[in-house]
Amino acid sequence: MIREADDTLTIFERSKAGRRAFVAPALDVPARSLDELLPGELRRSEPPRLPEVSEPEIVRHYNRLSKRNFDLDTGFYPLGSCTMKHNPKLHERIAGLPGHARMHPLQDPTRAQGALELMWRLQEALGEIAGLPHVSLQPSAGSQGELAGVLLTRAYHEDRGERRSKVLTPDTAHGTNPATVTMGGYEVVKVRSDASGNVDLDDLRAKADEDVACLMLTNPSTLGLFETGIEEIERIVHGVGATLYYDGANLNAIMGISRPGDMGFDIVHFNLHKSFTQPHGGGGPGAGPVAVAERIEPYLPRPQVVRRQVTGDGSEPSEAPAQPPPIFFYDLDYDRPKSIGRLRGFQGNYGVFVRSYAYIRSLGAPGLRDASETAVLNANYLLARLRQHGVAEYLPAAYDRLCMHEFVLSGEPMRHQLHIKTLDLAKRLLDHGVHPPTVYFPLIVEEALMVEPTETETKETLDRFADILAHILREAREDPSVAQNAPYTTPVRRLDEAGAARRPVVRQAMNGS
Amino acid sequence: MADPSYPDDLRYHPEHDWARIEGDTATFGITWYAQDALGEVVFFDAPQVGATISKDQAYTEVESVKAVSDVIAPLSGEVTAVNDALADSPETINDDPYGDGWLVRVRLSDPSEADLLMDSTEYQATLE
Amino acid sequence: MTRYTSATDADREEMLAAIGVSSVEELFGDVPESLRLKRELALGDGLSEVEVFEEFRALAARNTSAEDEIGFLGAGMYDHYVPALIDSIMSRSEFLTPYTPYQPEISQGGLQAMFEYQTAISELTGLPVSNASVYEGPSAVAAAGYVAKHANNRQRFVVSRGVHPHSRETLRTHAHAWGMEVVEAPLDHGATVLPDLSGDVSAVIVQQPNFLGAVEDLTTVATAARAAGAVSIAACDPLPLALLRTPGECGVDIAVGEGQSLGNRLDFGGPSFGFFAATEALMRRMPGRIAGETRDVDGKRGFVLTLQTREQHIRREKATSNICTAQALNALAGAIYLSWLGRDGIVELAELMLQRTAYARERLTRVAGVTSLHERPVVREFAVEIGAPIGAVIARCREQGVNPGYPLAREYPEHPDGLLVAITERRSRADIDRLADALAAAVVAEREAVGAGT
Repeated sequence: MIREADDTLTIFERSKAGRRAFVAPALDVPARSLDELLPGELRRSEPPRLPEVSEPEIVRHYNRLSKRNFDLDTGFYPLGSCTMKHNPKLHERIAGLPGHARMHPLQDPTRAQGALELMWRLQEALGEIAGLPHVSLQPSAGSQGELAGVLLTRAYHEDRGERRSKVLTPDTAHGTNPATVTMGGYEVVKVRSDASGNVDLDDLRAKADEDVACLMLTNPSTLGLFETGIEEIERIVHGVGATLYYDGANLNAIMGISRPGDMGFDIVHFNLHKSFTQPHGGGGPGAGPVAVAERIEPYLPRPQVVRRQVTGDGSEPSEAPAQPPPIFFYDLDYDRPKSIGRLRGFQGNYGVFVRSYAYIRSLGAPGLRDASETAVLNANYLLARLRQHGVAEYLPAAYDRLCMHEFVLSGEPMRHQLHIKTLDLAKRLLDHGVHPPTVYFPLIVEEALMVEPTETETKETLDRFADILAHILREAREDPSVAQNAPYTTPVRRLDEAGAARRPVVRQAMNGS
Repeated sequence: MADPSYPDDLRYHPEHDWARIEGDTATFGITWYAQDALGEVVFFDAPQVGATISKDQAYTEVESVKAVSDVIAPLSGEVTAVNDALADSPETINDDPYGDGWLVRVRLSDPSEADLLMDSTEYQATLE
Repeated sequence: MTRYTSATDADREEMLAAIGVSSVEELFGDVPESLRLKRELALGDGLSEVEVFEEFRALAARNTSAEDEIGFLGAGMYDHYVPALIDSIMSRSEFLTPYTPYQPEISQGGLQAMFEYQTAISELTGLPVSNASVYEGPSAVAAAGYVAKHANNRQRFVVSRGVHPHSRETLRTHAHAWGMEVVEAPLDHGATVLPDLSGDVSAVIVQQPNFLGAVEDLTTVATAARAAGAVSIAACDPLPLALLRTPGECGVDIAVGEGQSLGNRLDFGGPSFGFFAATEALMRRMPGRIAGETRDVDGKRGFVLTLQTREQHIRREKATSNICTAQALNALAGAIYLSWLGRDGIVELAELMLQRTAYARERLTRVAGVTSLHERPVVREFAVEIGAPIGAVIARCREQGVNPGYPLAREYPEHPDGLLVAITERRSRADIDRLADALAAAVVAEREAVGAGT
C-alpha cells in the first residue's frame, strides 16, 4: 500500500487492532447465553470493521480534518441565496441546556410545556413575518418545505374535486423547485423571465390555465431582483384557481419591510438555516417551516402545535371582572382529518427551532428590519464598488438596476477577453482566503456569479472583496494561466471530478469488501 | 478530440447527433459540438438491445460531471448493438465521437427518414 | 445596528454615496407602496443576550427531560450517552459553520468526514454504497420508496405493520402524490406476515428490529421480494446491527434508518440524521450527497461530491430527490461516535443492551398480569401488555420518578394496554429494578381500583 501523506489518512487507515476509545459499563445483570437470546441464524457473521483508535487519536484526526475546511467564522462566504450570515454563539449554549437537549420527543405534552410553548411562539413569530396566520414547523429543510407546499396544494384541489397536473416555475428557479414538483406528482412548466429579469407576464398569462395547480416563486428572485409585477402575478394565478407559493430562500431581503402574505402568497416556506442563523453544518441540519393562508390550514401536516386556553378550573372564561389570568396549555393536535399526513417523524428539528427563536427574540422587530435593510445596503454597495473600471467591463451586472440582498454578474465578457472562465475566477479567489460566490447559477445568465454578502459583513470586508476581484482580473490580463490553474495554496488543488464520477469510490476499501 | 470536425460521410440531426447509414442499418453518436458542450463524459446510460427508438425522441442520456444531456435519435428503428466499451471508458465519446465513441447500432424501420437529416455543411451552418 | 451588524452612520453615508442614493429607503424602490409594511412587525423589541438566555432557561425548566426522570421511552429515539469528545469536535467552527462543500479544494475536512461516515454506514449495514445522510428515519423510508418507484415503475408498496407508525404515515403522504397504493402486511406474534407479492409490487418495507422490538427474518423478506421483482427495503435501528445479520447479508436492496442513537442528542425529536445504503446496482438512483475519492492535479489524494448529476441542482425535475441541505453535522457526530465505539466497542455496547433488555423483560413479566406481547428475540426494546388501565399505571410510575415507556394504544389499538420499553446503556440494573417495582405497585393499585369500581 502506498503510504499517503499523513494529512489525508482516513480514520480507518489510522486504525490498529486492539485500540479503543470506548469502555463499556460493567455487566450488572445475570449473563445469559448469546445463542439463547439471539439465535445464530439471526446474527451477523463478522462485526462491522469500524476503526480501532483511542480518544486522543480521534480528537487529533478530526481537529486536523477541520483545519482543511474553510468556514464562515473564519472568512467571507458570499454564496448567493444561501444567506451565510453570522451564527450567534449564544444559540449553542441555549440549545445545549438539558431541558432542551435531553427531551424525548414522545414525552407527554403535560411535561413538555417549555418545548411546546417555544414551538408555538416560533410559529406565531414566523406567521407574523410572513403575514400568514397558520404555521407548521415540521418540514426538515427548505426542500421539504417546498414539498409540503406542493402536497398542500394537491390536497386543497383534491378537496374541491379538481384534478390539476402542472406546476409553473420561473426559468431562474433553484433546482429544488422542479425536483420538488416531480416528487409532488406534477409536471414542471417553465415560465420565462423578461429582459429586466422579472417574470414575463405575457408568458405567464399564456401558461396559466386551469390545469395549473401552483406557481412557485422566489421574491426577490434568484437574480436578486424584486418582482415588480407581483400584484399582477397574484391576479393571474388566483384567477385560474391555482395557489401561489413563496420560496423563502431570499426572505433576508424583506423582513419587516414587506410580507409574502400581503403580496398574496398562499403558502410560504422559511429556511431557518438561512435568514434565521441555524449554522449550516457543512450541509445541514436546517429546517423548512411553512406558513399558510386560512383556506390551506386544514391540510397542514399532523401533528400541529396548538395552544389551548383553560382557566384555573377548566371552565369557560366568564365576563366577571376579577378573573384570574388565562392559563394556556400547549399541545400536539393529531385530530386533523384533512391533513396531508406526515413528512417526517416526531415534531421536526427542535434544536433548530431553539436557535431560530432565540435569534428572533434577540433582534425583535427593529432588529429583523435592520438585518434586511443592511443586507440590501451591503449588496448594493458591493455592486456599486464592482462597477469600477477594471472590473465592470469584464464582470458586468447581469441587470442594470438596484439589486436587493444579492446580485448576479456575468463572466461572459471576462471569458472572451481575458480567457478565464467564472470557474477559474472562483478557484483563484480561494487563494485569497475568501469563499467564492455561487457559480453557474441562475442558468439564464452566461458564466453567472451570484453574490450575497449578507448584513453581518463589515464595509471593510466588502471593500477588500472588490479589491481582490480587481486584482485577479488585472492578473488575468497579464497571464490568464494563473487563474486557469488555480488554486495553489489550498490543501488540495483542482480535483479530478470526472474520474470520481466515472469510477466512483465512495467508501474505504478493505480486504474482502 | 481537440479540433472540431464534422465528417462528410455522415448525416446530422439538429440536436447534435450523427448517423452513419449502411443500407437499412445505421450507427448513431453525438457530434463534436455536443461532446465539447458537455465536457468530459463520465457516464453513458446504455439502452437495451432490442429497444425501439423513434426519430426526434430521446433514447438515452449522456452525463458529464456537471450536466446531463438527452441524446436524440436521428432515425427510427430497433437497437441491435450497444457500445459496451463505453461502460469502462465513457471519455471515448470525447476522444473519438465518430469512431470508437459510437453509441448504438440500429436496424432502421424507415430508411427514407434519412432524407430529413442534414449533411455536414448544413449542420455546421446551424452552429453559427 | 444590532450586535450582529456593523454599519455605523458613517459607514452608511459612505455606502449610500457610492451607490448613488440618499437613503436606504430608496434601495427598496422596487417594492410597491401598497406592499410596504406600514408598522413594525408585532414581535416586540430585541433583548440583550442575558435576557434571551434567561427566557430560554425558563422554558427549559418547564420540560421534564431525561435528566429529570428515569426514562424508558424509545420508539425511534433513545437516551444514549453522547461522549464529551463529540461536543468538542462538533463545536469547532470549521465543522459547524461552512456550507455544503461545493468548492472541494477548501472543504477537504468535511468531504473526508463524509467519506468516512459512508464507510462506517456501509460496514454497519453490509451494503456497499451509502450516501452522506438524509433527514431522519421516516423520510428515509419514503426516499427509498421513491428509488423503488423509479427503478421499476410499479404501483404498490407493501409495508409491514411493524414499521414505525411515523414511517408508515410518511410513506403514505409521499405515495399519495405518486399515485401509488400502500398496503399493510400484518404482524403475527410480533413478526411480519408477507402477503402474496404477485402483481404490481414496487417495494416491500420492513423494520429491523420492528416497532414492537422483535427481530425479523430479513432474508425471507428479501428473497420473496426479489422473486416478485420488487425492491426490498429494511428500516434499521443502527446499534442492534452490531449483532444482527446485516441487511446486505440477508440480500436486502436498501437499508435506511434513524441515526439519532449514534452520537446525537434527543433534542425533542430533531435534528438527527437518516442513513441510506444500497446495492451497487442502485447507486446512480440514490438520493442525497455522496462523497467520492479522487486525486488532484498534483496527484494528491482528495475527496469531492460525486455523481452530482443525480441531484436537483443539475438534473432538476428528473432528480433522484429534491434534497439539498441534509444533516451533515449530525452525520459527522454519528461517524465520530462509531469511531469512538470502534469495532469491539459497538459489539460490547449492543451485547450490554441485549442482556439488560432480556433482564428487564424477564423482571417485568414476573409482575402478575404483565405479559410479553410476543416471544420473538429482542435486542434493546420490547413490548408488554400490562393488564391494567395503561394511562393510570404510567401516571403512578411517573409519580415515582420513573417513565416506564411508550403506550401502544394510539397506533396499535389491538394492544390497548400495551407498553413499549426501551433500554440504553444509561439504564442500569438498579434503574430496571426500580422500573419493575414501580410498575408492579402501579399495576396492583390500578387493579384494586378497578376491582373496587372506582
